[in-house]
Amino acid sequence: MKITDAVHRVDGAGKLKGETKYIEDMHFDNMLYAKTLRSKIAKGRITNIEYPELPKEIFIIDAEDMPANNEVAIIERDMPVFAKDAVRYLGEPIALVVGEDKDAILKYMSKIKIEYAEEEPVCDLSQAAKKPDHIMTERAYEKGNLSEIEYDEKVTEIFETTYQEQLYMEKQGVVGTVEEGVVTVYGSLQCPYYALGALKHAMGMDETKLRVIQTPTGGAFGGKEEYPSLLACQVAAAAYKLKRPVRLVLDRREDMAYTTKRHPSKMVITSYIKDKKVLGMDFDIMLDAGSYLGLSDVVMQRAIFTMTGGYKIANLKMRGRTVRTNNVFTGAFRGFGAPQSMYALELHMSHLAKHLGEDPLKFRRRHYVKRGDLTATNGRFNEEIYLDRLTDLLENMSGYKEAVSKKRILAGYGVSVVPHGGGFTGDGEAVHIKAVVKLKKESNGRVTILVSNVEMGQGAITTLSKIVAIVLEMDMDRVGYETPDTFKVPDSGPTVASRTTMVVGALLARAAAKLKNRMHEPGEVIITEHFKQPDYVKWNAETLQGNAYMAYSWSVLLARVEVDPVSYEVKCTDIWGAYDVGVPIDEKLLIGQIQGGMVQGLGYAIMENMTSKAGGIEQFTFSSYPIPTTMDVPKLHAEWIINPYQDGPFGAKSVGELTLVGVAPAVAAAIEDAIGIITSEIPVTPEVIERSLV
Amino acid sequence: MSEYQFVLNGEKRFIDCELSRRLLDVIRIDEGLTGTKEGCQEGECGACLVFIDDEIFNSCLVPMSNVVGKSVVTIEAYAKTEEYQRIERAFLEAGAVQCGYCTPGMVMAVSSLLRSGKPLDEDAVRMGLSGNLCRCTGYQTIFEAVCSLKESGGQDV
Ligand code: FES
Ligand code: FES
Repeated sequence: MKITDAVHRVDGAGKLKGETKYIEDMHFDNMLYAKTLRSKIAKGRITNIEYPELPKEIFIIDAEDMPANNEVAIIERDMPVFAKDAVRYLGEPIALVVGEDKDAILKYMSKIKIEYAEEEPVCDLSQAAKKPDHIMTERAYEKGNLSEIEYDEKVTEIFETTYQEQLYMEKQGVVGTVEEGVVTVYGSLQCPYYALGALKHAMGMDETKLRVIQTPTGGAFGGKEEYPSLLACQVAAAAYKLKRPVRLVLDRREDMAYTTKRHPSKMVITSYIKDKKVLGMDFDIMLDAGSYLGLSDVVMQRAIFTMTGGYKIANLKMRGRTVRTNNVFTGAFRGFGAPQSMYALELHMSHLAKHLGEDPLKFRRRHYVKRGDLTATNGRFNEEIYLDRLTDLLENMSGYKEAVSKKRILAGYGVSVVPHGGGFTGDGEAVHIKAVVKLKKESNGRVTILVSNVEMGQGAITTLSKIVAIVLEMDMDRVGYETPDTFKVPDSGPTVASRTTMVVGALLARAAAKLKNRMHEPGEVIITEHFKQPDYVKWNAETLQGNAYMAYSWSVLLARVEVDPVSYEVKCTDIWGAYDVGVPIDEKLLIGQIQGGMVQGLGYAIMENMTSKAGGIEQFTFSSYPIPTTMDVPKLHAEWIINPYQDGPFGAKSVGELTLVGVAPAVAAAIEDAIGIITSEIPVTPEVIERSLV
Repeated sequence: MSEYQFVLNGEKRFIDCELSRRLLDVIRIDEGLTGTKEGCQEGECGACLVFIDDEIFNSCLVPMSNVVGKSVVTIEAYAKTEEYQRIERAFLEAGAVQCGYCTPGMVMAVSSLLRSGKPLDEDAVRMGLSGNLCRCTGYQTIFEAVCSLKESGGQDV
């Protein structure tokens, strides 16, 4: 078997039959249900809470019940587990109401009276950004000397994006229990060790008294990265106090309205052009972080570090800010800042090409980076980069030249070229994550993978098992995968940043190579492997200079749309993608990621319109927040080149996030091409088109 | 004991709860059959599809009063059929399962499509599955899986 050959997913049959037990399917003896008591205002002080007399079997868990700290440790500790005196967003948790019977809980909750001293919430991103105390973080860097360059003209554009909801099909859910004196949290989550870290701080106990176990996860897309840490602290405190299992599964409306989503952004980009080339660029992005910082500062960094995309631009001025508002707090979502910045950059590049009377791909080609070039942050691209080859591939597979030269009515084409860096930013893998993996050979010759990276639909179990099986030259069904359980697996880092295959897979491949020589030994053999930073990664976190990422994956996309001249409905008919992900570990899994990302990106481009009014998310049901259905998906065409990456397992780089990032700018450009407009916001809804026509 | 009955996966059941209770809750909570999933809670996603007298319904919208005297089939029973076996093979072969949360509902919709006798071309499949949302796959592998059932004699089930 070749590494790229497709295999059946390890977890496929159980899911098809409905046998896989997700958190809401699991049974716990003596279990209680929890429901969150939430703030009804966006900003103010809680002056009084009147709890009616507690009936038997109804319990309240609030800030007073946090054994050590009423704080959720993410990067900062600014978010309380339960709001105590003040509330900072609509829907902020104040307490859990826990009981045996869901109806009884709801009935009791309807009688709780909360009095507030309301304050004027700050909900508008631009307004908030004008207040210095609302800037949570600010980062900037420069390259070359933008103020000194000579140029023919400069072009400035402003772009805006709104929320995008992950809308995993399985809602957020956790169960807290106390098992043999150990406070244990089961949950649908991406990062068991993030949750454990938050629990240690909130509960004031160590990892021998706290345990996190991931349950099969029905989609996450970043939405179950940091948010479950909050839920974990809540149910842990409840279970610890009540000494019974407590289950908290969010209602879909709560999940849509009150959990993290993609940051709304405003971006200003100015290009300095000489001889039809971009010589310099000034980019400014602000993100609506909501009321707590969460991961927003890291999201913003990814946005500014990759802002020059696939282009060599000698003079840069970059600035990013995270802005505090009284909106729901925003967080991780597939792409992590790149979908916003790449939307702006790529649509801007298409606009520039049009302005200069050039084909958008031909214009881009003049700027392509290659190996050895300096990155935006003055690191060096270490791996081979084949952007011209990828563009050729795209042109051939789509019949690009002929298609765009034909006269069309109400149909248009748009392109994008985007990179996505795999793994943590800068030296994050070495300094913050320090991944450890283990491989265990059992006495019966079977091999078990011990990592904290989870299966959430992307195919992690299959991919990692396949890597190990092929290195060991054994059948895949003799390779097992231990449930990510902090009592059983080492901390190989979170399941984020498209790092599982590229970083964790590489560690497992190394471990397997060592194990191979010891397979003949009797009894158990355990191999432990630690992350080592490649020599070419140099990073200064203070100055933001060096290699922002170890290696990049690439995509070149073409979208074709048709626009209805009366309703301005957009139909995307085709998306073509040419990819460089190193060597794909499994072609079928790669295609699954590509197609899923393309369609999620299409939703971001034209359909998924989530807005906030006076701090409240306005679309919190499936019917008010349409995502692509079978009727909306275009024909999806994907091809790739093989470009082995020296430090990836079998040459693999990252996949998961890249596939979403480039879609919106390509689709937006196609709409513009179809009806001759210029847009500056997504989603490009019929209303936006209508507005752009006047 | 209640005078109302329904049949669940071939077995007779008395309805002991209020008739306004959602069928989905009876299946998942009272009967412990957790293969049927709850996605949206409002009839939009198809994760909770079950057969009621051979037609598919979103069980999150069905009150028990609507199943009195009727026969309900969930994924647990359907997964024991030969027809299911073919769907399973086709889905695995096409790589049409990711997180799996939409999947049992998707399988029920595919089964209904097979029984409809419609030709299994892409348009019919898109239509037939338009009430089932999947956030992971982008649907194309699911179309491939279902269209491949044509070759294995999809229409005469
Ligand atoms: S849960 Fe019933 S249709 Fe979504
Ligand atoms: S496989 Fe995840 S929602 Fe369909």
